[in-house]
Amino acid sequence: MLLNYLFPHFMHEDTGGKWLISLLIAITLLVVMFNFFIPESSALHIPTYMVTLLGKYLCLALLAIALDLVWGYCGILSLGHGAFFALGGYAMGMYLMRQIGDRGVYGNAELPDFMVFLNWHELPWYWQGFEYFSFTALMIILVPGLLAYVFGWMTFRSRVTGVYLSIMTQALTYALLLAFFRNEMGLGGNNGLTDFKDILGFSLQADGTRIILFTLSALALISGYIASRFIVQSKLGKTVVAIRDAELRTRFIGYKVEDYKLWIFVFSAMLAGIAGALYVPQVGIINPGEFSPLNSIELAIWVAIGGRGTLFGAVIGALLVNYAKTYFTGALPEFWLFALGTLFIVSTLYLPQGIVGLFSQFTNKQQKQSAKHGALQEETT
Amino acid sequence: MSALSQVRYKVRDALRRDRTFNHTIIESDAYLQGTHSVHPNELDVSHGPVLYLEDISVSFDGFQALNNLSLYIDDGELRCIIGPNGAGKTTMMDVITGKTHPDSGQVFFGQTMDLSQMAEHDIATAGIGRKFQKPTIFPEHSVWENLELAMKTDKGVWHSLFTVLSAEQKDRIEEVIEIIGLQALYFSKADLLSHGQKQWLEIGMLLMQDPRVLLVDEPVAGMTHQEMDRTAELLTSLAGKHSVVVVEHDMDFVRSIANQVTVLHEGSVLAEGTMEEVQNNQKVIEVYLGE
Repeated sequence: MLLNYLFPHFMHEDTGGKWLISLLIAITLLVVMFNFFIPESSALHIPTYMVTLLGKYLCLALLAIALDLVWGYCGILSLGHGAFFALGGYAMGMYLMRQIGDRGVYGNAELPDFMVFLNWHELPWYWQGFEYFSFTALMIILVPGLLAYVFGWMTFRSRVTGVYLSIMTQALTYALLLAFFRNEMGLGGNNGLTDFKDILGFSLQADGTRIILFTLSALALISGYIASRFIVQSKLGKTVVAIRDAELRTRFIGYKVEDYKLWIFVFSAMLAGIAGALYVPQVGIINPGEFSPLNSIELAIWVAIGGRGTLFGAVIGALLVNYAKTYFTGALPEFWLFALGTLFIVSTLYLPQGIVGLFSQFTNKQQKQSAKHGALQEETT
Repeated sequence: MSALSQVRYKVRDALRRDRTFNHTIIESDAYLQGTHSVHPNELDVSHGPVLYLEDISVSFDGFQALNNLSLYIDDGELRCIIGPNGAGKTTMMDVITGKTHPDSGQVFFGQTMDLSQMAEHDIATAGIGRKFQKPTIFPEHSVWENLELAMKTDKGVWHSLFTVLSAEQKDRIEEVIEIIGLQALYFSKADLLSHGQKQWLEIGMLLMQDPRVLLVDEPVAGMTHQEMDRTAELLTSLAGKHSVVVVEHDMDFVRSIANQVTVLHEGSVLAEGTMEEVQNNQKVIEVYLGE
């Protein structure tokens, strides 16, 4: 296949991934061109709000890949992955707050508006450093990674698995939700962080910035996909699947199972953090609602509908369900949750492998038929 | 009790003393003369046995699964362990492989490695391989990948992320695939194998680890007679180079492979000896064979 020349060797078998990435690149280029070069009066023009909406979907797709790594490949159903996404988002939000400077309502160059409002006089210690983008970039990865490390170290070492682990991840994200709601946390309480002005000196309202953020989201999704594919095709990835299917066996052939689970969990949390950080400047707000357990459960539904353990299935599921969500919440708002529930039930009953399973069933049939033909031909010759 | 087994018990007693007082090993003549040294992480079988189980007791919620069990497995021997259901056979394997910690007693691998202090993966790396009662393989992986995963190599996370199979490693996998007779099924998903083939694959995975001791729990359960014969052949060919401990219910199978048989009953050793001796042992006839 010609496409193989464009991809690293570990992706040659990954037909779905090659198509997905090619499509993503093509769509990104087209969207950027149709937004930039086609006049607004034309019907073909893609308005900037649409570009931002697409950028948002791409971030959520990256989050779905992160969950698929731990759920689809390692069998850890994390129902708190939204927490890592939100933490990455908060780190980015803190940077954006510091960028506002004295342009806030109260005109305080040092303190964000909500702190002035709460009569705080100096910046809490954990806000230090967020005026620098490089420091923020580091925190976007480190904070979710560290939380995942501590949480994972304790739970995996105690051999908590299955539904108990899922419940604990729910508790984790719920605890963070409650904590972030408190004004004393110094992170904006229930209003969260908002009113962002600019990022790295570029106005967030400008069309150009929005297109660049969209392009960066696409790049992050593509690199996240390739990195994850590298991991799952490596021996580490095979070991992780082995742990999912027969944990005891893996332990008794000499693998320290806890280390593997921890590694993949921390990597996944970091990926989720990056997704959150790209999401926040595009939607313009981060508030404790992102920690809501419901968000994390919805995320699991995207992955289930798309198809677990394939990576590209997660992307397809995230994009489709979120598109449907945008459509339904606009057209039939009270109907959306029913639609989501129905989708979930239908996919569990009839598509255990998700949407991707439909394709592979089809190609398997074709392969079997061609194999039959081959065998017949061999017999006759 | 036969004269031979009396001698064996005396030898064992001597060995026990020599292990219980660790300092006597360090100051033994052999050590001082430099003929062999004792390292805590190196297998030392200079006294014969490769596995020492001494006065092991394990109870679960008041049920005494093992009751002062003492058992010694010699380096390179093929030992069969039989006993009625609930005799503690599987619990014994759990104790050796670190899955269960004994309430009292000691488990040593060679003379230096205290298995009760080691985690499962360390015990596996040190050279004790285990086949489960129910064939446990990785269903979604191919036969080849199953063996690749089991291979003796650095099993750290970062190493696994970047490692690529070397030519020797590939040769080794092919060698083992031939030993277990699954050449035709290199790349088939392990889930699609027949029951007997899964049993062999699991034995193959044990071989890939290159263990010093193989613990094999009911290797012929659900096998046809032909398959059973091949398994017997395989296990006997492994003895010598490895110590093989087989737990089995099928008496014909045990008769066909074993020279030494240990009978467990209610968590301790009831009798030990050749199959013939064991079969003629009055106590054994009462609790097990006579039924």
